[in-house]
Amino acid sequence: MTALSALIHRDIRIALRVGGGALIGVLFFLTVVVLMPFAVGPDLALLSRLGPAILWLGALLASLLTLDRLFMADHDDGSLDLITMSRTPLELACAAKALAHWLAAGLPLIVATPVLGLLLNLDMVATGAVALTLLAGTPALTFTGMIGAALAVTLHRGGLLMAVLVLPLSIPVLIFGVAASQAAITGPLSFGAPFSILCALSLVSLVIGPFAAAASLKHGLD
Amino acid sequence: MTLIDLANPTRFLALSARLLPWLAAATVILLAIGLYQSAYAPDDYQQGATVKIMFIHVPNAWLSMFVWGVMSMASLGTLVWRHPLADVAAKAAAPIGAAFTFLALLTGSLWGRPMWGTYWEWDARLTSVLILFLMYLGLMALWRAVEDPSRAARAAAVLTLVGAINLPIIKFSVDWWNTLHQPASVMRMGGSALDKSFLIPLLVMAVAFTLLFVTLHLAAMRNEILRRRVRSLQMMQASRVAFSSDVGSRQDGASKEVGAA
Repeated sequence: MTALSALIHRDIRIALRVGGGALIGVLFFLTVVVLMPFAVGPDLALLSRLGPAILWLGALLASLLTLDRLFMADHDDGSLDLITMSRTPLELACAAKALAHWLAAGLPLIVATPVLGLLLNLDMVATGAVALTLLAGTPALTFTGMIGAALAVTLHRGGLLMAVLVLPLSIPVLIFGVAASQAAITGPLSFGAPFSILCALSLVSLVIGPFAAAASLKHGLD
Repeated sequence: MTLIDLANPTRFLALSARLLPWLAAATVILLAIGLYQSAYAPDDYQQGATVKIMFIHVPNAWLSMFVWGVMSMASLGTLVWRHPLADVAAKAAAPIGAAFTFLALLTGSLWGRPMWGTYWEWDARLTSVLILFLMYLGLMALWRAVEDPSRAARAAAVLTLVGAINLPIIKFSVDWWNTLHQPASVMRMGGSALDKSFLIPLLVMAVAFTLLFVTLHLAAMRNEILRRRVRSLQMMQASRVAFSSDVGSRQDGASKEVGAA
């Protein structure tokens, strides 16, 4: 347990300090959201209708881009070998790393959501709904994306290949995230059903992600 | 003859060489019967002659999922039993599966144009098959991105199994998404059971296409094995050339040293 919490502390500290790059994700999120009005026009009514979808897409892309760093830096300086050889099960270590990554790179996205909602003309309820669905859904993005990050580090290929592999897997999260926020804003469906499915997706990926990532690290690093 | 006997690629090559002509012949005969029967099947009272596209479309759609199942079994073979032919089977199946999926999409949109009035509709089934196609392409990209086949094999196996778990989830969520966005604008096939005059050609075509897959898969596996042999022979030759030139230069250096002394 102490080993895992030490791992989490270390990962968060590395991510937040110079060269960590966790906060670049927030900057990317902001930039993507600012780009949107240039593409669809500055019509505030349209923007508020598209708002939840824009925020979800931005968060999806931002969390995908920061995932590259999840294993790559540790692989480069050799600490990933120490983690794989340690007595802590690799699955747990992977889960801890993903949790730390979510705390450092995912939570800031949710904190930034109200500000970005303001830019997109979302009212209080809508902003709250999007932030809540992001809070429930981004763990799923991190934990499924971790599989792609593990594949990328064993193959020494990051970037586009990882995005192509991971993005189709994140479609369910996107569907239910946007559906839940739309349900809270406009109805007519209830907020509860898609939101609980979103939480279920997060829980499922919490189980599948670490096992698949650990399997690909075990089989791939040699 | 168990599965482990086939671990020897030479034995597999011999067996598949004996099997392939029979499989190919059976495929051709069944395809001919199936095409004949579907050409002479009666027109549907609503869809007219376009219903005949279904005899091609349905087998393709069924195989697009079946091939992912085959790849998942092969991936289990790679990760759990380290069967030497499992990753060959998985790699050979991916492009064939992608081709079947593409044909299912193509025939579906050709059918949709006269029936729905549009080539593409964001219908739940169409969308989930499109995502399946994207995942096939991603898997093929993964195979192509890495030079070392065994390393690529294990990564692709993990991804295939994750995909096998995720595909039903994606299918379910796309169904949800579709009903949310546009309720029931799309006409559904069936509902009642198919008539015998449609069912029999359809079943014959399904069996014929499955045999076609088995034939193509065996042939592709043979090609892959031969390709790997060529690759390892080339690498052996390259290392021999490098080694001899290395030894030669060292001897040159040694004789120079001797000469200097």
